[in-house]
Amino acid sequence: MKKFLKVFIISIIFQVITLNVFAGSDGTLEINNKTKDQNVEVKDCFETVNRAIFSFNQGLDKVFFKPIAKGYRYLPKPIRSGTGNALNNLSNLVTIPNNILQGQFKEAGVNSLRFSINTTLGIAGIFDVASYYGLNKLDKEDYGQTLGSWGVKEGCYFVLPVLGPTTVRDSLGSIVNLAGGDPWYNVTIGADTKFFENSDYYYSRLTSGVNFRAKNLEAFDNLEKNSLDLYASVRSLYLQDRQRKIQNSDEITETMNDDDWEEIDIQ
Amino acid sequence: MFQIKKILIIFLITSLTTPLASKEPTILITEIVNEASMILSSNDPVESKIIKLNNIAETNVDIEGIGMYTLGKYRKNLNENQKIKYKKLFNSYFLKSFSSRLVDYSNPKISIVSEKKINEKYTIVNTVLEATAKNPEIKIDWRIYTKNPERPLIRDLIVEGLSLARTQKEEFKSILQNNNEDIDYLFKSLEEFIIK
Repeated sequence: MKKFLKVFIISIIFQVITLNVFAGSDGTLEINNKTKDQNVEVKDCFETVNRAIFSFNQGLDKVFFKPIAKGYRYLPKPIRSGTGNALNNLSNLVTIPNNILQGQFKEAGVNSLRFSINTTLGIAGIFDVASYYGLNKLDKEDYGQTLGSWGVKEGCYFVLPVLGPTTVRDSLGSIVNLAGGDPWYNVTIGADTKFFENSDYYYSRLTSGVNFRAKNLEAFDNLEKNSLDLYASVRSLYLQDRQRKIQNSDEITETMNDDDWEEIDIQ
Repeated sequence: MFQIKKILIIFLITSLTTPLASKEPTILITEIVNEASMILSSNDPVESKIIKLNNIAETNVDIEGIGMYTLGKYRKNLNENQKIKYKKLFNSYFLKSFSSRLVDYSNPKISIVSEKKINEKYTIVNTVLEATAKNPEIKIDWRIYTKNPERPLIRDLIVEGLSLARTQKEEFKSILQNNNEDIDYLFKSLEEFIIK
């Protein structure tokens, strides 16, 4: 695991260093920013390699994740929602420090209370008891989002085997998780505790992936069926989603640039 | 008799000079959602459902505008013949993609949450697709072009904050960028999708 991590970190650092050399050598993607005339270009620096990894992931999904997700759907709803709740509860461990790092102290308080109540009264987070007390679920935060909210740009877009789409910034955020930023990782893998095994972490990550896939079975099928270039659609959706999460906004109009629409006035 | 004639003339003049009633974006979406819901929950054969759904789209969606938006900067390079061909292809592509996305839903329940006027040209209608046993609740925002208030048109669907028009635009851009910006390649891809 440590060896893999080392290779991964080196590859990320290499990407950051070589960013300027290769930037623009392949496809580029414009994502509109909050202000109208401020466009951020997210570069797909290694598109050919990314497309190959994307195809590999597609194959893996077809033979592994999709069938498991379909099977998961057959589980009774209380089991599925209990699993979802427990995973959401665990994600608070990363969300809370990121709330603080982003200056969202009220949200950090709410999430801390939610975590305490659901872990104890909600039996390891299986039941969302906190919602009954009026502490409703808030948006998840991660270190990639925090870096984004601090003004760090995306860097290159790339696709990781198994893990899927990411950017240099989001990968750096993931590294922070493995370097002590995720208390769940720390107690399962990082430190040798009597209470948890390494496998607990891997099971939770795997279940999280399956849970996400099961929730989006139809949406993915639909996207696959209706895309002329599935890779480009997934890239666009990933980058839009990250941009929206960083801005912590449901107001889509804040993230939309009307310049192109302005030119089209056919009515 | 003269009196009736007078009333009739006044009525005609009034009706001709009074502007047509404008249609509120929320009403437009409510009507579309209800109509689509009826079609999808009916026992009609799939082909018939598709035809009816396409009629809704052709009446209420600015397909031509979306097509031009989707093409981005490349629309400026098209000659007249290419423009005509593109519009025709995009129309067929859009309708096929639109009905194919919807036809899998048997009885979608969409409720209107709120409406926000951005400016004279655009209003966003916020709706929610209710959760089912299989799927979680989904937020859908409708971007309505209101320049002509009598005939508001849908220009984009924003599903959970993700714009379908923008996604499609970036998809087309990628196809062109990876094929020497050759518009004929995009036409070929559209044709292949339509006949698929």
